[in-house]
Amino acid sequence: MAKVLVVTSGKGGVGKTTSTAALGAALAHGGEKVVVIDFDVGLRNLDLVMGAERRVVFDLINVVQGDAKLNQALIRDKRMENLSLLPASQTRDKDALTEEGVARVLNELREKFDWIVCDSPAGIERGATLAMRHADVAVVVTNPEVSSVRDSDRIIGLLDSKTEKAEKGERVEKHLLLTRYDPIRAERGEMLKVDDVLEILSIPLIGIIPESEEVLRASNVGSPVTLNSPTSAPSKAYFDAVRRLKGETVEMSVPTDKKSLFGKLFGRRAA
Amino acid sequence: MNLMSFFQRRTSAPVARERLQILLAHERGVLGGKSDLVAVLREEILAVVRRHVTIEQEGVQIKMNRGSDMSTLEIEVEIPAPASAGA
Repeated sequence: MAKVLVVTSGKGGVGKTTSTAALGAALAHGGEKVVVIDFDVGLRNLDLVMGAERRVVFDLINVVQGDAKLNQALIRDKRMENLSLLPASQTRDKDALTEEGVARVLNELREKFDWIVCDSPAGIERGATLAMRHADVAVVVTNPEVSSVRDSDRIIGLLDSKTEKAEKGERVEKHLLLTRYDPIRAERGEMLKVDDVLEILSIPLIGIIPESEEVLRASNVGSPVTLNSPTSAPSKAYFDAVRRLKGETVEMSVPTDKKSLFGKLFGRRAA
Repeated sequence: MNLMSFFQRRTSAPVARERLQILLAHERGVLGGKSDLVAVLREEILAVVRRHVTIEQEGVQIKMNRGSDMSTLEIEVEIPAPASAGA
């Protein structure tokens, strides 16, 4: 049974697209068929983070409007054959997405894939509400920072009221993904701690992604961090998150990139 | 061990936490989908209590707290001193 997962946050710049790519690749790594969809019409970026920006021919809106077949728009990842991308349109305006059209495309994708990962745009407008509309599972990406936590709270409210599941009286399974976390600063009292954010938002934690250079290094070269440096700290956290998404119980930790003195002095890698 | 904390200024994270808790408690009431539920409960509780006791419109306070394991619903009904039509 295919699962529709929305990666959402309310606030921009917290790591939705990075996390969509990383979770998508990590899910695909386990052998399941995965498609990642960019819902950010007008400001697409998932294609760039996935390294497929020069392969985009048709997009989600073309498929919604019947100008292209789904198979023409899907871009198969060059590194993993069971990972595909459905890009957003760069030129159309977001009103071109209709609820029925999105539902139709998602139903078609449900037949072909095990996981459909929807990368939501920031905000709480049409694109964001459509991205979450048909979700079974939501990953709420949050930074340990006041404006991000506040916006996540709004998004949680919308997941509980404006989704198809909510309207049927069912619940969208919600998970918190805390990103850009710095355990040292949190310990010093300079950053909200994991428990603070959990207490405020009251949804279960799916993972803690530590602040790491590897994330930028991966997006620089157009590769999900879980593919580009699978053993790095953020990747470990994303792989653990994926195991939890699949229902496994995995002990929660904040992975760190431990560096020896030697590594600190000489270990600079170019990306 | 923690010599640093000796010299440290007041930390900012607890301030962030407190500000958020206060703000969100308010915003959930105004913006959240949950506000409807609280409003409906308030009206119905008011109606039920009024069948037996005369109370003011503002006499019913309802608070809802979301928790990870358990949520609580706090209902406070203010009953005016004597002379009200008691049951």
